[in-house]
Amino acid sequence: MDFSFAGNYMPMFLNGIKLTLIISVISLVLATVVGVLVYFLKTSRWSIGRIYPLRIISFAFIEIMRGTPVLLQILVAYVLVSMIPSSSDLPSNMVAMIASIAAISLNSSVYIAEIVRAGIQSVARGQMEAARSLGMTHIMAMQEIIMPQAIKNILPAIGNEFVAVIKGSSMAYVLGIAELTFSAKVVQGATYKGLEPLLISAMFYLVLTFSLGRMIGWAERRMRASDSH
Amino acid sequence: MIRIKNLCKDFGENRVLNNVTTDVKKGEVVVVIGPSGSGKSTFLRCMNLLEMPTAGEIIFEGQNITDPQSDINSIRTKLGMVFQQFNLFPHKTVVENIMISPVMVKKVSKEQAYTKAISLLNMVDLLSKENAYPASLSGGQQQRIAIARALAMEPDVMLFDEPTSALDPEMVGEVLNVMKQLANDGMTMVIVTHEMGFAREVGDRILFMDQGQILEEGIPHELFNHPQNARTRDFLSKIL
Repeated sequence: MDFSFAGNYMPMFLNGIKLTLIISVISLVLATVVGVLVYFLKTSRWSIGRIYPLRIISFAFIEIMRGTPVLLQILVAYVLVSMIPSSSDLPSNMVAMIASIAAISLNSSVYIAEIVRAGIQSVARGQMEAARSLGMTHIMAMQEIIMPQAIKNILPAIGNEFVAVIKGSSMAYVLGIAELTFSAKVVQGATYKGLEPLLISAMFYLVLTFSLGRMIGWAERRMRASDSH
Repeated sequence: MIRIKNLCKDFGENRVLNNVTTDVKKGEVVVVIGPSGSGKSTFLRCMNLLEMPTAGEIIFEGQNITDPQSDINSIRTKLGMVFQQFNLFPHKTVVENIMISPVMVKKVSKEQAYTKAISLLNMVDLLSKENAYPASLSGGQQQRIAIARALAMEPDVMLFDEPTSALDPEMVGEVLNVMKQLANDGMTMVIVTHEMGFAREVGDRILFMDQGQILEEGIPHELFNHPQNARTRDFLSKIL
């Protein structure tokens, strides 16, 4: 194997990392926000007669996002974003970015909604009762008592989901976004080397996912402070 | 202080409370006894609306709290509750557990809430545990903190749902002592318990419940020594 080209093409890889990070970080934030929203829709008590419209919407959304491939969702998102009238004013790679981020974050949000549900249910029922018996409103109890404990329980699962989003961002490559996987393809073409550029990209992905894993682990240990004696 | 009229509670097809009627007077210590599944916990939980009654009325300090218009949260601040499983907040320290509700709900200043918390910790004899987390405390200590937490809201009534049932036998005494002290200080209390010795000593009135009804009530001496109802006699003969 010959990695002598690596130095010359490093700016290309670094640019790839930058785009991978932009897609991943924005997607993670959006996925978390939308995920919590989907959870609230899914558990909403608002009904018309015996029908819960918000629950039905969230159910359909979850099934569609979970039951179809992300790659296909990215392609669909690209077409849909292109159909927005003002999108023609944007550079085409911007449209591709928006479409990728939208598809990846919406897809991830349904898994995050499920993780949030499991986390909240993992908090003992007596916690809500105790908080309410002290006069707290439902919202206060959620904020101060339930959520802080739920977050501690869901952190490992959220960490996995975040790693999945970083890896999933590689699919943005089908829209021609020069993220890390795309960079490897370009370098392959320029150097006529098959394996080495892919290995370099793989190594960078590992650096990203591994450091994220460490950060989550650190957060978990901090939150576990109250368990120790 | 609390007037309960024809209280009923159904869980699906199952009628757990059936026309329960009684009064709790100011300063009175009412002890509810009865076999498991007799509805005594549900009865207690209805009093601060952790369970919504299916029918009947609860008049607390002149206000019908079962009325859907009533402000449940402000009513609950006047009814302290102590649970079998303590239900302390595990992510907060002992003193935070006690302070959180006065600060959040009653908007008491942190300094004031802290002063109150310290005096309550002193009362339950756990001053040294101020900054400990609940997981590091024994069951008896946790339950005493739970009592302090409920008292921090300065409730008019304290409700106890089998407060010693989840404790090791040697820790029961320390919790009962705190409750006894409360009773002596004139707190109005409704206690569901299996501690008959405690019921006899501290109770002003005993309610015997079975199958969702109050079958017999009376002062401890009468009810324990001369039970009128056959079911009460049967129950007491098995446990005393």
